[in-house]
Amino acid sequence: MIITKKKDFKTILEYLTGRENIYLFGCNSCAEQCETGGEKEVKAMAELLVKAGKNVTGASMPDETCYTMLIKKHFREDRAAVEKSDAFLVLACGAGVKAVADIAGDEKPAFPALDSLYLANVTRYGHFFEGCSLCGECILGETGGICPHTQCPKGLLNGPCGGMVNGKCEVNMESDCAWAMIYRRLKAQGRLNVLKRIIPPKDHSNSVKPRVVIVESRMKKG
Amino acid sequence: MQSFKDSILSGRFTITAEICPPKGTDTSDFLKKARLLKGRIAAANVTDNQRAVMRLSSLACSVLLLREGIDPVFQMTCRDRNRIAIQSDILGAWALGVRNILALSGDHVSFGDHREAKAVFDLDSVQLIQAISKLNKGTNVKDAPLKGGTDFFTGAVVAPEAEPWEPEMIKFEKKIEAGARFFQTQAIYDMEKFHRFCEYAKGFNVKILGGILLLKSAKMAHFLNKNVPGVTVPEHLINELESAHDQLAKGIEIAARQVKELKSFCNGAHIMAIGQEESVVNIIEGAN
Repeated sequence: MIITKKKDFKTILEYLTGRENIYLFGCNSCAEQCETGGEKEVKAMAELLVKAGKNVTGASMPDETCYTMLIKKHFREDRAAVEKSDAFLVLACGAGVKAVADIAGDEKPAFPALDSLYLANVTRYGHFFEGCSLCGECILGETGGICPHTQCPKGLLNGPCGGMVNGKCEVNMESDCAWAMIYRRLKAQGRLNVLKRIIPPKDHSNSVKPRVVIVESRMKKG
Repeated sequence: MQSFKDSILSGRFTITAEICPPKGTDTSDFLKKARLLKGRIAAANVTDNQRAVMRLSSLACSVLLLREGIDPVFQMTCRDRNRIAIQSDILGAWALGVRNILALSGDHVSFGDHREAKAVFDLDSVQLIQAISKLNKGTNVKDAPLKGGTDFFTGAVVAPEAEPWEPEMIKFEKKIEAGARFFQTQAIYDMEKFHRFCEYAKGFNVKILGGILLLKSAKMAHFLNKNVPGVTVPEHLINELESAHDQLAKGIEIAARQVKELKSFCNGAHIMAIGQEESVVNIIEGAN
């Protein structure tokens, strides 16, 4: 899941300066679970905008706002309200904003109402933990399923730094040191020999942006 | 001038000390402190934006020390440069006459004065040591030959009081495998524990310099315990400082006592006097 947080309403109003008719997009997936872009938050945003003197021409709640084709469908289904607007405000992650901006075309702007943070594990209901950085070169097989690239603030690949204190991390003393956790897990699995191998520097050529993947078998179906 | 490398490899107890570059281009205090230490220590470590606080570069200050006839240990962290800049700066240091290098991870950006900066860590300390070893063999990290390589005396850091100890030990051994030949340790307080570490380290072909941190006052000791990762000043030392009339003099006395203790079982001492470099001379004299 992609974690998002709300931007200041003041920032949003600055974006919308000179734009009076606003169309809203939420997202019924990640942002709904983060309580940043669900039905409730879109309704609250509409009220705030009206209070600030704006006219809200309509709102959509796609199942997944990052699906560009789905956005196209919503544009079609609510054409009158969409056409009446002179800007879009998107309560979704950056991929959602991009989808709306692309469909809106070059002349009508789409603004983000949220900041996109990270890919998360839902560890408990409402608890979102960053466990993967989407680096393009997974080493979890060598680190007991704990990502040092993500869970260590320095992304160290060969063991703890001097800042490990009683198994805690110097950057956040509430958190366990990623390497102390990796060590415990590999030890429990009888795989400390894996820890003794020097892991080479990361190949960042795997994450040159923007990355594009095309799954041809799915294309044919579509 | 006998080099740091020759001194420590000869088996003589070797003392190094840390000097911190200034926050700007006025090097007069830096050089004044360095001149005080000249001839008293085998080498001076030049810190690399220590605690992630931006200062004059460790490379520039290492070269300033060379001009003063002091053998520098050029400290290089992984925090601020990617592998291209790291190799380039290391080659630069060699070309300018620097012969010792210390590879560290580096304190995280979140401790420093530029908390909005990107923490790089493109390499970690083990990979940095590997990179230096490659440059020493005359190639870059991609194994492409260089027009002139390096022959650095490469050092690294170890935390002998780390808890849990085993992952730290594994990393220590990886650093040796990668090419580290000497270690300057983080501040040590538990001499018995450190003695055991030195016995274990004798199994490897490396030299160990025990880290001695000058406690300027009881207040500083409390500050270190609260704010500096990996440093735990024991209660009995804090009490000793608190009951002293002159706390700095007491701190120097404690450090001298620790250096003296190290002489019986360790290859050297690395004195960190953070801003109080002039006291290093007193510590060395007190340890005689």
